[in-house]
Amino acid sequence: MEKSRYQKLVKKYKPKENRLFNGMMAFLVGGIMGVIGQFLVEFYASNLEISTKEAGTFMIITLIFIGCLLTCFKFFDKWVHFAKAGLFVPITGFAHAMMSAALDYKKEGMVTGLGASMFKLTGSVIIFGVVSAYVFGLIRILLFGGTI
Amino acid sequence: MTFFYKNVYINETATIAGPYEKKGPLHHYFDKSYDDLKMGENTWEDAESRILEESVDILLAKINKKRFDIDVFLSGDLMNQLTSSNYAASRLGIPYLGIYNACATSVEGLIIASNMIEAKQIKNAICSVSSHNNSAEKQFRYPVEYGGPKKKTTTFTTTGGASAYLSSEKSLIKVDSATIGTVIDMGIKDVYNMGAVMAPACASVLYKHLEETGRSLDYYDMVFSGDLGIYGKKILPEFMKLEYGLDLKNYDDTATMIFDVENQSVYAGGSGPACLPLVSYGYLFEKMKKKELKRILLIATGALMSTTMVNEKHTIPAIAHAISLEVNL
Repeated sequence: MEKSRYQKLVKKYKPKENRLFNGMMAFLVGGIMGVIGQFLVEFYASNLEISTKEAGTFMIITLIFIGCLLTCFKFFDKWVHFAKAGLFVPITGFAHAMMSAALDYKKEGMVTGLGASMFKLTGSVIIFGVVSAYVFGLIRILLFGGTI
Repeated sequence: MTFFYKNVYINETATIAGPYEKKGPLHHYFDKSYDDLKMGENTWEDAESRILEESVDILLAKINKKRFDIDVFLSGDLMNQLTSSNYAASRLGIPYLGIYNACATSVEGLIIASNMIEAKQIKNAICSVSSHNNSAEKQFRYPVEYGGPKKKTTTFTTTGGASAYLSSEKSLIKVDSATIGTVIDMGIKDVYNMGAVMAPACASVLYKHLEETGRSLDYYDMVFSGDLGIYGKKILPEFMKLEYGLDLKNYDDTATMIFDVENQSVYAGGSGPACLPLVSYGYLFEKMKKKELKRILLIATGALMSTTMVNEKHTIPAIAHAISLEVNL
């Protein structure tokens, strides 16, 4: 059998992923995450008497901490799986990805394991995040002006 | 390449399973099972090596033999450099051959041992395999605690260690014949659809076996592949029909037998070198002892996947080996 014909046969038995349901779940969970984030911003801004911008940083730190902590409790992977991109794309997903790699490699030593492999998944997020921030920042300044 | 054997028997087997398998439908048939994936060890790798070694210890106790009574220990697993087998072998101290054919390793070991026993080079041998869900996830996929969404065609690596004792002493399960398969690459690149990668290799060795032994499919009570999963199991019969004009009916796949694929969240079913032996050494051999199955053909299928080659956009080659077992009357 030719490879192309076989690939058609494989495709025939490939199950459909439930994209609509997955999308709805991600929308719902992601929305709830947004509400929690906004609540934290308001909470910090009013209680610590800081600006909303500063409160935003506090909110990010809180969510990263919670994401890491829940990953260590070893059930966050099941939540992420259930919530699809809703927990996977926000800052909690980044914290979760970094922490799960750290947990896997800590037994291989602080330097040779944890330090070297902690960014196994998130390394690409950081590098391409920095590169795209640079590119889009440049576009913004060239097209719309403004300060650096 | 097909071999016939006159004087090779599988005298005894031992299986150890992990927590997911323990919750599966075949839990009665394991010699021992664990509730915890660490098995009292510090790391996943240690845990896998431990269950492999423990399966040999249980086997030796069953056949009432000591380690130095065994001529050859053949073992393989999925870890880089055969970590689990090598460390188990270093503690066991039996003359050792490390073998790798991914999930086809179990039958590969049985074939090598059977040939050496048939040629009277050795009196006996122990063939072992192991796999561990978390050590495999860590090495081949993502960190264990990482919860990225997975495709439905993804297989779930079985946690277990399985060992078989082979010799020329007569017993109930006789090794009748075996066929070494060829490596087949049908151009599949999807690492989350291993059933599709391996089905053509499985079909190829099955056809060769029938051709070289002059048998038809009816000769066997059942043909078992291990482990194509839910979707590979659907591809295989259609591929057999289209490619070789054979009607594969008396057939099942061990990936869908080890777990309750409807109710356990194992995606397309079990995988890993331990899947086929966990099902066959316990459950299928029990059925053979009760004479419910008299002749079976076990086809172990392995995706010879390298994460480096997959990242470099290569397709995945696959291998399968077949072994025919029958009840010795």
